[in-house]
Amino acid sequence: MRNRLIRAATACTAAATAVLITASPAMACGGLVGENGTIQLTRTTTLAAYHDGVEHYVTSFEFTGEGTQVGSIVPLPGVPTSVERGGDWTLQRLEREVNPPPPAERDSFKAVASSIGGVDVLLQTKIDALDITVLKGGGTEVGQWATDHGFLLTPDAPEVLEYYSRRSPIFMAARFDAAAAGALGQRSGDGTPIHLSIPLDRPWVPLRILALGRDRDSVVQADVFLLTDHRPQLLTGDQGLQLARSEAASSALLDDLRADKGMEWIPQQGWLTYIKIDTPAGRLTHDLAASVNPFQPPVKLDAGITSPNDLINTLTAPGQNTWVLPATIAATVAVAMVVFQLGSARRRSLFR
Amino acid sequence: MRRARAALPTGLLALLFLAVIAGGHAFAGPNHSSSAPLGPGEITVTLTIEHSHFSPERLRVHPGTTVRFVVHNTDPIGHELIIGDAGVHQRHEAGTEPVHPPRPGEVSVPASATAETTFRFDEASGDPVVYACHLPGHFRYGMSGAVDIITG
Repeated sequence: MRNRLIRAATACTAAATAVLITASPAMACGGLVGENGTIQLTRTTTLAAYHDGVEHYVTSFEFTGEGTQVGSIVPLPGVPTSVERGGDWTLQRLEREVNPPPPAERDSFKAVASSIGGVDVLLQTKIDALDITVLKGGGTEVGQWATDHGFLLTPDAPEVLEYYSRRSPIFMAARFDAAAAGALGQRSGDGTPIHLSIPLDRPWVPLRILALGRDRDSVVQADVFLLTDHRPQLLTGDQGLQLARSEAASSALLDDLRADKGMEWIPQQGWLTYIKIDTPAGRLTHDLAASVNPFQPPVKLDAGITSPNDLINTLTAPGQNTWVLPATIAATVAVAMVVFQLGSARRRSLFR
Repeated sequence: MRRARAALPTGLLALLFLAVIAGGHAFAGPNHSSSAPLGPGEITVTLTIEHSHFSPERLRVHPGTTVRFVVHNTDPIGHELIIGDAGVHQRHEAGTEPVHPPRPGEVSVPASATAETTFRFDEASGDPVVYACHLPGHFRYGMSGAVDIITG
């Protein structure tokens, strides 16, 4: 079983790196803050699973072998209780779920409490060749921290960091240690999956950060997977997000995910949502809000929707229209009323 | 730290430059109304940088005005102020100078800092005068403003 998954993961990774190797710096579901301002245009994959009040956020950072000060900043919806190496095949297994191959192809966690220039360094850890720091602070302060620590922020970074800090002043800065990567034998394209556990009242997923540092017309491509106990209600303020799958997660998928390292928490049943992002960076200006409470819609603010003029996109799947049920009920009631009226008229005429 | 400038094709830069001029930047400064050109003589203009944009984004001056620019950078990243015509901006967009000492029309502004430079606006030569930041990607992001030299 494990060997089968590893083979599948290798195949999927190879397919993904066909587009990864063309550019230089590292990337995850975060904004690049590379040393020379160059930006990698790749498809990224993220899992945001919500179970028992905890968002499990799994993403991967690719080592490209170039640069010494290359990293990403990822806004987080809350303070993580743990940051650890993710399993080896979770993201690849999810990719395989939605893009199956042809049949023939078948640490240590160090909590710190220091404050530097208005930024609280909540924790620091090293995972493989990645130096990870979780920060709490305003956009300006976090940006200043990143600048002071050798990151070159792109010109849109001040506004984007401010945008996120207004909702959640928690950020994860991740940087590849090129020397450590070399010592570990990492090669260009090797990924380091990171798994964060974040207690939250309701989940949301940062998406706007994917456009950081890109020209407005460059296309952002990403795969976002949600795994929730029940079918979630979704909300975003952008077009360009396609709900490609919304279905009960198969037992095979859940079993495979549960077998991966650190993924024992995967429940026996769940709902899989697969969202494909394929949109110009200039149009990716909001995030993804979700609600797993059927009686509470997603919170607009979680999606970064603050203006009544903002677009509201509830992400319905092809063939799944939110108006179908209300329209059916309305039509049924209308027909019943017509039948009742006809029956009444007929009874009246009979008694005359 | 030496920063590599993203070299833009000359034609593209010229187009961007013209777009800045034709873009119709709003008069954003509270002290610089469109109806009152600044100068002549020596005056002080305060430029604020926020989210990688200048405010105000357009100025009007009389010929012969020497402007002392006081630049407040509220961003957590470094910027620069370069003032001049298309040739000046072409040179800086393609250049590799990471830091500009304060000299007329050029100054680097570190993160969350204030810097000053001066520039004398002579008779309009027909070439538009623009102020901009040429750190990698900043000009393309829209970090520029225009100066109208009002004659008569």
